[in-house]
Amino acid sequence: MTLIDNPRPDNLVLSPVKRSGLADQMKAGLDAPICLTWELTYACNLQCVHCLSSSGRRDPRELTTDECEAVIDELQRMQVFYINIGGGEPTIRKDFWHLVHYAVDHGVGVKFSTNGSGIDATVAEHLAQSDYVDVQISIDGADAATNDHVRGDGSFATAVEAMEHLRAAGFEGFKISVVMTRHNIAQVDDFRAMADRYGAQLRLTRFRPSGRGADSWGDLHPTDQQQRDLYHWLIDHPDVLTGDSFFHLSALGEALPGLNLCGAGRVVCLIDPIGDVYACPFVLHDEFLAGNVRDEGGFAQVWQQSNLFAELREPQSAGACASCGHFDACQGGCMAAKFFTGIPLDGPDPECVLGHGEAAMDSVARASVGKDHSRTAVVIGPKPIG
Amino acid sequence: MTFDSAVAYRLHERVALRPEPFGALAYHYGNRRLNFLRAPELVALVESLDSYDSVRDAFDAADIDPGRWPSFEKALASLAASDFLVAEGIDP
Repeated sequence: MTLIDNPRPDNLVLSPVKRSGLADQMKAGLDAPICLTWELTYACNLQCVHCLSSSGRRDPRELTTDECEAVIDELQRMQVFYINIGGGEPTIRKDFWHLVHYAVDHGVGVKFSTNGSGIDATVAEHLAQSDYVDVQISIDGADAATNDHVRGDGSFATAVEAMEHLRAAGFEGFKISVVMTRHNIAQVDDFRAMADRYGAQLRLTRFRPSGRGADSWGDLHPTDQQQRDLYHWLIDHPDVLTGDSFFHLSALGEALPGLNLCGAGRVVCLIDPIGDVYACPFVLHDEFLAGNVRDEGGFAQVWQQSNLFAELREPQSAGACASCGHFDACQGGCMAAKFFTGIPLDGPDPECVLGHGEAAMDSVARASVGKDHSRTAVVIGPKPIG
Repeated sequence: MTFDSAVAYRLHERVALRPEPFGALAYHYGNRRLNFLRAPELVALVESLDSYDSVRDAFDAADIDPGRWPSFEKALASLAASDFLVAEGIDP
């Protein structure tokens, strides 16, 4: 066993972990998350067709500034080193910069995801001066046509303008984050060149059928061949960040760098704009709702005591995948991808590289109406029944 | 710069340690890297470094089986390589 493992900051852990027993400790959960995503608002100036949180309109029940500060105080006590802030477009919140500063002043580093609309020259200058704040610009195509097809007209130009501002301000190593789709996967080298041009770091993540992604899944999810090409490309480019989101591809051979297991509720979770705590950013559905930060005991209580997270930290059954020789490599894939395509959680990933996913989807499609996502619209009052 | 156990090291001022059952998580706010310290004895050793004039002295005072010293020294060298530990007298 090694005494040290040093993962890249975006990815949770490097592969030696798997062989040395830390993975089992991770599966059993930690006292506090390593990686926490906080969607500060559902308000957004874009309406991306694959938005995992179906964002657009602000939810009137959003956490207030005081409530957000209380959550940050709690994260500081739990020693959550940094948070990933997203949305919606988080910079739309009037108290966004205040909350970023508040977090940093309380020892909680911030990486925030933005479509770029909030990053002008002045903001970029401020950001470049703080080591504690990291920026992630979302784009989904290496050219305007490909990007705007998913993210809407003008969104590519907005993102590029923000990246120009960051480069001009001398902000080094900001992230360019791309969701891999059928239409942009062939552009990976272009994305990499773009990142190099801006002194940025490329981050590629997996497209999931969550939120509006459930509706665009058929059009956007990669083909089998594209998945294979991506796998080999990622093996050849270990410096590219992935948020460990492609572990289902590890069944193709050598494991990809990173934590080859689902971190939901174990080392990862999500706080949504109204304070609901979900197991991961891709399962905004009642079935994966662990509690709310407004409940007594706050976030710590949810993380440490919720029944849902306790269940997720139990050893998981390989289920239908038990007889497949590759389960150790892919761990059955992504819980969210299975759930929103109607596949049982102990079934194969819908994009199983051995082809088991399609058969599973065919059988569930006949048997049920499938799972809807909870956030089809902004609602006031009781949550809709999924 | 190579790791030198004859000199004093200390934790970088922008590194935070979080206790965990396996040891500790270490996070560097400057380079945004995360490290897993995989033994409680290693955590204690790292925290004690700034009390000694050299890494060797820290080892002498620590309750660690000398047979394990090489692996611990390797761990410290790795921490120094990623800037989690800095040599005394070096301005981080």
